[in-house]
Amino acid sequence: MFPFLTILVALPAVGAAVLWALPAQARSRSREIALGVTGLELVLFIVMAAQFDKADAGAFQFSEVHAWIPQIGASWALGVNGIGLLLIALSVILVPLAILAAWREDADLKARRDYLALILLSLSFMVGIFAARDVFLFYVLFEAMLIPLYFMIGRFGGVQRRYAAVKFLLYSLAGGLIMLVAVVALYFAGPGGEQAFLTEHLADLDVSTTTERLMFLAFFIAFAVKAPMVPVHTWLADVAETARPGTTALLVAVLDKTGTFGMITLCLVMFPDAARWAAPGVIVFAVISVIYGALLAIGQRDMMRLVAFTSVSHFGVMILGIFAFQQTSVEGAALYMFNHGLSTAGLFLLVGFLVQRTGTADVDAYGGLQKVVPVFAGTFLVVGLSSLSLPGLSPFVSEIMVFVGAFPVAAAAVIISAVSVVLAALYILLTYKRVFTGPVREEVRVKELSLRERLVVGPLIALMLLLGFAPGIAIDYLRQPSADVVAQVAIEEAGA
Amino acid sequence: MNFVTPQITWAPLLPIIIVLGAASIGVLIEAFVRRPETRRTVQLVFGLVALLAALGQAVVQWASLDGGGTTVMQFMLTVDRQALAWQTMIVLFGILGLMLFAARTRAGEPAFTALGSTTPGSIEETLARRRGLQVTEVFPLLLFAVGGMMLFTCVTDYVFLFVALEVFSLALYILVALARRRRLMSQEAALKYFLLGAFSSALYIFGVALVYGATTQTSFAAVGRAIDVISDRDPMLLAGVVLVLVGLLFKIGAVPFHSWTPDAYQGAPTPVTAFMGAATKAAATAALVRILYTSLEPLEWEISWLLWAVAIASMVLGTVLALVQTDVKRMLAYSSVAHAGFILVAFAGLTGEAIAALPFYLLAYGLATIGAFAVVSQVRERTEDGSVGAEAVRLGQWAGLGKRSPLLAGAMALFLLSFAGIPLTAGFIGKFEVFSAAVAGGGWPLVLIAVIASAVAAFFYVRLVVLMFLTDVPEGTEDAIEVESSPLTTAVVVFTGAAVLLLGILPAGVLDLYQGAAQFLVLSNG
Repeated sequence: MFPFLTILVALPAVGAAVLWALPAQARSRSREIALGVTGLELVLFIVMAAQFDKADAGAFQFSEVHAWIPQIGASWALGVNGIGLLLIALSVILVPLAILAAWREDADLKARRDYLALILLSLSFMVGIFAARDVFLFYVLFEAMLIPLYFMIGRFGGVQRRYAAVKFLLYSLAGGLIMLVAVVALYFAGPGGEQAFLTEHLADLDVSTTTERLMFLAFFIAFAVKAPMVPVHTWLADVAETARPGTTALLVAVLDKTGTFGMITLCLVMFPDAARWAAPGVIVFAVISVIYGALLAIGQRDMMRLVAFTSVSHFGVMILGIFAFQQTSVEGAALYMFNHGLSTAGLFLLVGFLVQRTGTADVDAYGGLQKVVPVFAGTFLVVGLSSLSLPGLSPFVSEIMVFVGAFPVAAAAVIISAVSVVLAALYILLTYKRVFTGPVREEVRVKELSLRERLVVGPLIALMLLLGFAPGIAIDYLRQPSADVVAQVAIEEAGA
Repeated sequence: MNFVTPQITWAPLLPIIIVLGAASIGVLIEAFVRRPETRRTVQLVFGLVALLAALGQAVVQWASLDGGGTTVMQFMLTVDRQALAWQTMIVLFGILGLMLFAARTRAGEPAFTALGSTTPGSIEETLARRRGLQVTEVFPLLLFAVGGMMLFTCVTDYVFLFVALEVFSLALYILVALARRRRLMSQEAALKYFLLGAFSSALYIFGVALVYGATTQTSFAAVGRAIDVISDRDPMLLAGVVLVLVGLLFKIGAVPFHSWTPDAYQGAPTPVTAFMGAATKAAATAALVRILYTSLEPLEWEISWLLWAVAIASMVLGTVLALVQTDVKRMLAYSSVAHAGFILVAFAGLTGEAIAALPFYLLAYGLATIGAFAVVSQVRERTEDGSVGAEAVRLGQWAGLGKRSPLLAGAMALFLLSFAGIPLTAGFIGKFEVFSAAVAGGGWPLVLIAVIASAVAAFFYVRLVVLMFLTDVPEGTEDAIEVESSPLTTAVVVFTGAAVLLLGILPAGVLDLYQGAAQFLVLSNG
């Protein structure tokens, strides 16, 4: 069969290599090349997605298994189920938009080339992570992804960028190294042999309760750092404040999803007993994230930080959905991963456009913009409303699914979390009010959204509307895999 | 005691004979070729040819080895796959080291002093320099060191091991003293290294004497069998074994026997540091593996506390002290101490996995070490008259190197990431293997500490990456640093860089080789 996934993983990396090998006189074309590569990637993905068998969305399709390092049980094993497919979709959609959004940044051709090559490289890793069916491969990509991101944050961005990059790296690395211990232990807990790390061989581990719990915790901590969950979320705001909007958008919208993705596809599947044991605690932290993130967002003056904290809140909702172990709530969480990607990327990019115009993300520096730039204001409002889960826009559906699904088992958590909807209205609408309404401030000169910028935000809004009114399109892909995950957790319960 | 003429099978010793023979001929070249320039060329070419021949010969033997291997001298020397695996690695490090030894700046300045016997700063030194003298003895010295280390990996007798230890140690003591710049520091480092080395040799041989006293044996296997027979609580035996281990742990550079490392690494000429850092650790690990598995295994329980304590102390102290260094070479020296700790982690429980894991770990570590020091040797200060000066080893001087020469800084970043054990580099696979071996042997707590140490260590590796790539060149110092690359150094950097990357992405072939080599030939009788 045609190795779609390997090519999807390799293509952007090859693109990055091409960019780095580009002779000096051709460097001015680097943006077109990068966009071309991601365009090709998108086309290839659509061709693949068209062949995806929706009726069997729970099974891993387009499977490829090759021996990679048989001595330690690692294989080059790729395959996607509905959840993986949706997240790869998110990656291949957002990366070209981020490149388009960064079109005017970097007058220096060499710096621009470097930035684009790093974005392409990170796309390779993202697709690889969402398609990996081998824990070792997952771990390698999960950690290797830090390298391009570290340089994207540390080389391109605001004054504090070095600090933010190192903080990000150390948080992630510490989480990753804890996970490494569990990965090593998995080899001995699992069947061993040349395919020891294939996820399908690791579903029924025969280990003591304590070992399983420790291994679960090791994986979970690494994922919680990525998915920024209170109390290991503090790196996110610093990164968001100083990194480029495009970088932040990719980081929060896609890369952080590796955390929640890992929780669903690895933590729950490999350690169902431990997951059930930890669920109450995890849910408490999730609820704290939901409320605390929203409260922090209200207190921010810097819009990039604000959006970052809203994400902490939203990730809390996803984690609540995952650890409620209900069909609807897991489905909702998976869908939310996609929808949150759309709305958050939109917000970060729009704030980025503002920053490009005036050089500041401070809310107080603006006022009355809706009279000057009505289209900009309208777009911001729509994307903002999606973030506060307005019905008709896609995040609403997923948030409701999480709350409804989780209510029977975690009523208190849902009731408390639901307060965040009100808080969300506060932080989005207050921001909108301060920036776009009120008297026009003459000293703030802001231009209307350009065609390029509309091209960036347009597809995001279109997708949010589409999935807002017809969420079934996406849910069809999620029902089966979510059911499998829930069944895995529940069967173990019945057996225990 | 009767002395019997030993029966020696010479053929398996060919790689070592080639290297040591070439070293001896190299000394003659010193005497007969008068012009320094010609002598250097002759020594370089001769040394390279000899090492390549030895490498080829070792590979041929490895490929054609049937059965477990050959005993060369009964109970004294055994050439098995394990020994050949280490020997090829050491010869490879030797070849890379030789290339670095021969590298010169564009102005033709080598890394070594013009005449080792002159007093630093004296008129004789200036004269020697003006005459264009060169210490080309470094080439035969390197060959002696390589030969001694190769011997070190296949010796199966405690007394004979001491001979091999001294062969390579003495060569290294001299090499450390021969730096061209900062000569006082270099000589001080050599003296420290020599005194501490002599001290540890004395401890080792004292330990051997005690072991002999307790077991009346000196060969590894015979001591092992004797331990099975006599009580393993025999205080003389235990004291002897601990002293023997101390001697080897000194060579590996583990805490608390590490105090020579920072000074020797910093003071030695950088090419020597590169070779020494990579090869000594490999040779010492090889000997440690052989001793622990073929001789001291019955004492596993009794000595594990020592190995655990030393491993923990090395990882913790090495990491913490590396954090506060401001000198690149010292930082890498302390990082090597931490790596010594990681190496010892593999010995938890003395599992079979460790025998295959350690060669890979040392190969990955050695390649990155040689590469990193090759980069260090290229980053130079510019003196006031505009000529190229000493190496810029202060961390601050590396600021903005990524903008000055992105490829060199990129290579350095790759080596640092490999030290830190980031995936897609050889260092990660090595670390994974070592941790696996430790977990298999029940070394859980050790692995946890190793992981925490790795996370902290990542900080100082990354700090250098930050300096190189994310920091601008400080105002007014744009001309203070010069990148001085010679074809030989560049070749070494390219080779090691490619190898680190390749071993990180596709390590299967090499892992296979080392797994096949994870067995010892142990004589059952005698």
